[in-house]
Amino acid sequence: MPGLAPGISFEWPMQTDSLVSSSRLGWFLIGARGIFSLPALILMTSFIGFSAFALESGISRGEAVFMTFSVWALPAKMILIGTMNSGASLAACFIAVTLSSVRMMPMVASIVPEMRQRRTPLWLLLFLSHFIAITSWVFTNNTIHTVPRENRIAYFAGFAVTLTLVNTAIVGIFYGVVAAFPPIVAGILFFLTPVYFVASIWATARHAVVRIAFVIGVIAGPLFALIEPEFDVLYAGIGGGTLAYAIDRTLRRRREKGAA
Amino acid sequence: MIPADLRTWVFIVLAGWIATDLWRWLGVIAGNRLKEDSEALYWVRAVATALVMAVTAKLIVFPTGTLAASPLWVRLAAAGGGFAAFLLFGQKVAVGVVTSVLILAGLLLATGSV
Repeated sequence: MPGLAPGISFEWPMQTDSLVSSSRLGWFLIGARGIFSLPALILMTSFIGFSAFALESGISRGEAVFMTFSVWALPAKMILIGTMNSGASLAACFIAVTLSSVRMMPMVASIVPEMRQRRTPLWLLLFLSHFIAITSWVFTNNTIHTVPRENRIAYFAGFAVTLTLVNTAIVGIFYGVVAAFPPIVAGILFFLTPVYFVASIWATARHAVVRIAFVIGVIAGPLFALIEPEFDVLYAGIGGGTLAYAIDRTLRRRREKGAA
Repeated sequence: MIPADLRTWVFIVLAGWIATDLWRWLGVIAGNRLKEDSEALYWVRAVATALVMAVTAKLIVFPTGTLAASPLWVRLAAAGGGFAAFLLFGQKVAVGVVTSVLILAGLLLATGSV
């Protein structure tokens, strides 16, 4: 089972024993149980770090809590606080944050076809999309295909809404409690997030195109950061992703020809 | 003009909340038209993965906070070593994460860079 730390390995999410009925609530709770998974725990430590960063940056407790719930994506919040504190105008802040958040669109778009049913109402998808950020995206990609389709919405909602609410509470509770971690601990906590993404995205790639895009993204991200720091992630993502798609398509075509 | 005490809240709502949810909503609209296992979904997956990995790799190569003071080779060794261990030992995510952290902690202490 990918994404679980040793010692907290529930037989999850497929423990369809008597405890867990096939009801919506049952699947919501199975999703919510993901709060004890490795990615959720890593994210929680990141949000303890964020509460210290918010305090340091002159953001009040109420503002930090509201921001956690309403913006949710951690990189977007860091950029928002950074540009806000630099005295930038509302429009400049909006542009900086929105440019950093373009990735949300393909992330959400790639999950929706796996999650919805024919009758799933649009408003529900729009509402639930708010809870998507990198961690919930990775977690959902890892596990959603093991959940019966009619229960996927409930399962996702259980995990993603719980994750957002728990982290909102964490920011409220830890604000002012942890001023700063010892440097080596702060360094390790910071590092957990990227190394978790590296391993889990590779481990759960169900299509070759994801692995190709993985490799290209890893190289193109830092490369474009040197060449074109303002739009680096966009170039790396859209250009790199398109290149990965083209390579994968060529490989698939060749294989089909070979088989024919 | 926005009163000073409200300024931060207005910024959070407009430049934070709307600026991020806008893309999530567009993602729902676009994703709702995609069929599972369509060519378009392959492309969207590729772009999403490349975007996320670009952000991830930047966290390793250009970190903020205390790690910014550490040498690049330390971070690359930790991330690369962890990934190698992950590949060698049955692609267990926990193996990759724990190995990376151990290498990072060891090298940070050995080089005295943090």
